[in-house]
Amino acid sequence: MHELSIALAIVDQVTEEATQRNARIAAVHLKLGPLSGVVKEALLASYGMAAEGSPAEGSTLVIKETPVQIQCPKCDGPRNVVSLQNLCCVDCGTATADIVSGRELEVVALEIIE
Amino acid sequence: MSTRLVEVRKQVLKQNDTVARALRSRFQEAGVFVVSLVSSPGSGKTAFLEKTLTTLARRYRIATLVGDLATDNDAQRLARSQVPVRQITTGTVCHLEAEMVRTALDGWNEHDLDFLFIENVGNLVCPATFDLGEDLRLVLFSVTEGEDKPLKYPTIFNTADICVITKMDLAAAVEFDRERAHQNIQSVRPGMQILEVSSKTGQGMEQWLGFLEARRSDARPAAITVGMTD
Repeated sequence: MHELSIALAIVDQVTEEATQRNARIAAVHLKLGPLSGVVKEALLASYGMAAEGSPAEGSTLVIKETPVQIQCPKCDGPRNVVSLQNLCCVDCGTATADIVSGRELEVVALEIIE
Repeated sequence: MSTRLVEVRKQVLKQNDTVARALRSRFQEAGVFVVSLVSSPGSGKTAFLEKTLTTLARRYRIATLVGDLATDNDAQRLARSQVPVRQITTGTVCHLEAEMVRTALDGWNEHDLDFLFIENVGNLVCPATFDLGEDLRLVLFSVTEGEDKPLKYPTIFNTADICVITKMDLAAAVEFDRERAHQNIQSVRPGMQILEVSSKTGQGMEQWLGFLEARRSDARPAAITVGMTD
């Protein structure tokens, strides 16, 4: 359970942005990949507490989950995988560990109140 | 007052990643090869590391960092190998972060080292998220834990470079299904190299040490080993 420290890191990052803009935060949009090792529900549960006393207090954390994609050598392009337990191309079944996305843990947008 | 959407790009783990990157170039420059170990509690990490240190210390200069929530029991065990050991007690934190590694290295000169081992807190979830600046990450699991461990914790297997199956001396007693274990590892991480070891009998240790030395030579071709010969 390390989601509280992740939530605190998110708040730190957006606080910096809010301070620069002299604004408050209404919502934080986060891109989250399944291979980031961060659990969505646990992060949402920690976020409110982490934001207390910051310009993000009372804001909403909006999480967009991104799929795991591999670079399929056979299809010659990025493809979704069957599952995390079965890391192979959803189209042709080729197995590869060449992961091109799915590790995201990134703030991509803020809704700010001015 | 109005609400406005602003696009930003902020890596949440930027701080950890920055420290990890700095550590990695520091290690590279110093010529020390850094290996981290992750596993669930009780998988035999410390016994495996103890065996590794005892054998390698005859030829190389080594140091070890060991992370635990509490106690320095593991550090005391590892210190029996005569290798410098430092304990990182994380309190309630369930994983090591790059900054903890950086702080723990204070006062050690990594130029005087050939290998640095970092034993992470016993946990198959949280350590996956944090880069420590290591060259090689091992994930260990023991034959007593069940063949489906990789399926339950795919993320940690995906951040590791090699998988070591421990306690092979118990394989027959617990009816370990070797083939299924290998299949499960390959299913979550196609192409992953697997080593089977027993710290008790020494099975597979020669192969592991050979692998380690080869990886170090590849990563640090210019590093000169001052170490003694047998």
